[in-house]
Amino acid sequence: MLQDHSKHPTRRSFYAAFIHLLGAAAAAAIAIPAAVYLLLKPKSPGAGAMVEIANLADLEPGVPREVVYYRTRVDGWKATKEKTTTWVVKNGPQSAVAFSPQCPHLGCIYHWEDEQGTFKCPCHASAFGLDGRVLAGPAPRPLDRYDSRVEGGKLLIGLQVKRS
Amino acid sequence: MANDVRDWLEERTGLPSALQHFLDEDIPASAGWPQVLGSVALFAFLIQAATGVLLALNYGPTPTEAHASIRYIMTELTAGPMIRGLHHWGSSCMIVVVALHMMQVFIWGAYKKPREATWMAGCALLLMTLAFGLTGYLLPWDNKAYWGTTVTTQIVGLAPGLGPYLKRLLGAEGDTIGTLTFARFYTSHVIVLPIATLLLIGLHLYLVRWHGVTPAPSDAGKPTKKFYPEQMFKDSVATFVYVMVLVLFANFAKLGLGSMADPTDTRYIPRPEWYFLFLFETLKLFQGPLEVLGAVVLPNLGIVALFLVPFLDRGRAIRVRQRTVAIAVTAFAVIGWAGLTERAVATTPPSMEDPDAGLRPPQAWRELPPEQLAAIGYFQRDNCSRCHVLERSAAGPDLAKDPSTKPVDWLIAHFSKPTPDSPDSKLTGAQKKSLVTLVTKRDDRALDAWENPPTAAIAGAMLYEARGCGFCHFLNGSGAKMAPVLNGLAARRTRKWIAEHFADPPKLSPGSQMPAYKFNQQDLDAITNYLMAIPK
Repeated sequence: MLQDHSKHPTRRSFYAAFIHLLGAAAAAAIAIPAAVYLLLKPKSPGAGAMVEIANLADLEPGVPREVVYYRTRVDGWKATKEKTTTWVVKNGPQSAVAFSPQCPHLGCIYHWEDEQGTFKCPCHASAFGLDGRVLAGPAPRPLDRYDSRVEGGKLLIGLQVKRS
Repeated sequence: MANDVRDWLEERTGLPSALQHFLDEDIPASAGWPQVLGSVALFAFLIQAATGVLLALNYGPTPTEAHASIRYIMTELTAGPMIRGLHHWGSSCMIVVVALHMMQVFIWGAYKKPREATWMAGCALLLMTLAFGLTGYLLPWDNKAYWGTTVTTQIVGLAPGLGPYLKRLLGAEGDTIGTLTFARFYTSHVIVLPIATLLLIGLHLYLVRWHGVTPAPSDAGKPTKKFYPEQMFKDSVATFVYVMVLVLFANFAKLGLGSMADPTDTRYIPRPEWYFLFLFETLKLFQGPLEVLGAVVLPNLGIVALFLVPFLDRGRAIRVRQRTVAIAVTAFAVIGWAGLTERAVATTPPSMEDPDAGLRPPQAWRELPPEQLAAIGYFQRDNCSRCHVLERSAAGPDLAKDPSTKPVDWLIAHFSKPTPDSPDSKLTGAQKKSLVTLVTKRDDRALDAWENPPTAAIAGAMLYEARGCGFCHFLNGSGAKMAPVLNGLAARRTRKWIAEHFADPPKLSPGSQMPAYKFNQQDLDAITNYLMAIPK
């Protein structure tokens, strides 16, 4: 049998090359769709969709407004409509910021103190300015903001929270 | 360099020489193309395992989640239909390959002494393959899956003595299947069967290597040859062709998704997958007390006979061309199978269901009380959207954002005359009340219908309201129960019956108090379509 090896070296290498080629082609036919399936984003924008939450003209500069709105949270094949809130502060004729309603310290829900002109967290007495800056207390960073943009005089916000 | 790596691996693991040993298997001189089918079957299984894992990564394995997650795979994921196609068509292709492999072994007489155990392990693997098909059939949880499996469990229930216990084991006590059935089929499909199949494949391959590939009588005295490279090349070509056929199927064969399983949908005509149609047809040949014969006894006798083939045929090995009995038995089995399958296909009425119904998002409006759906129609008809644009602020507030908190009196007055310049509205008091409910109390389903109005159904619901059907009838939680509940009407009545009934109720329902309703054709279609679309 050992003679076979030396007798047909070219035939042997032809077979070997074809076995590798066919194997690679068959593996690629399955692996490429598998990679596309696992690695590409789902088609619907889902989580990226922006929600319109306020009319800039209705907001008074420097007066925070708590806006209650509905957003759709897309989680795989589930889409849940949920009610949620944000603090909106108009900081220019055509601009506004939307703060996440939770204190960046430990996630308590803060509120606006009209007399002191600060956002105040009831849990550990952190205080924040109109621009979200930390004025007092243990908060490690300014208030978190939602992704937002102004379009046609309307404020639109996304689902993602940006750390300041 | 390559040799260094090889030496290192050899010394640490011994794998290179093990691979060499595997490739240098001695096979008979006569081995060739007919012997490739076993390798193809093995790769077919590996492809099923790989695509099955990929599907499971995006699958919710409960009756409430399964259907929605398959829709997600089919409509949201790039290459999702491809992966599901590979798995779906792969199951059929694998059964074809396994059957061909078995026929080859049978015709060649390769099951003879001392290879009886190899044959029986192969028979067990055939049963595993069919069990994969049977359990996987339920997992999309659409009507086809649901009703097909219902019939399967009923057949199991016919087993003399054991029937009720087997049905309980399948989680199908009583006459319906449900959460337990699903859990058991899913567990079998992804845990029990794969482990059992892997063990059996291990045993089968071990026995094949232990005995060696079956030599033909003509191989006597001839030198053997090595598995590598020639036979392995043939195996590779066959496997490659298999993968290409499968990819073509996955790419071009239509694979839909029916509506989510509806246990109350009595219109659905269940049929098993094509490879079980012959059993389905056999069942029809036996009726009454003989049913158990066709449903349980004969198929099981067939399985037992298959396992016992090596003991039934104990003759000496002879050349394949002289194995006329084996060839005749195979031909008879194939013709019988094909004939029964053809009969089953020919007697299957075309499906009434849209094969892609489940790929569309669920239609929430089917669950709305008729006055809510009609209110969406009033909103459209009276051009409320001139000022109220959903999901956007316009001249009027965005009604999709929050339910209105205005007092009812204010709303009624607003609907009568929205602005000082508006003409007086022609809405009736009841219609205004429906609109009040829509703007103040609408839930997610109503909002969904409001944003994606089903025009035809809204026309039907407006007629339903205009003719006061709800004064006597009950539909989707609203109305009176003096007359029959109209939910699920499609399961009970035909369109023709409904049309005749509108024209002359007492004629079809003796003693009915319902007056005759004269509709023009367009309105008759609208209200009939609407009523027939409302589930039970």
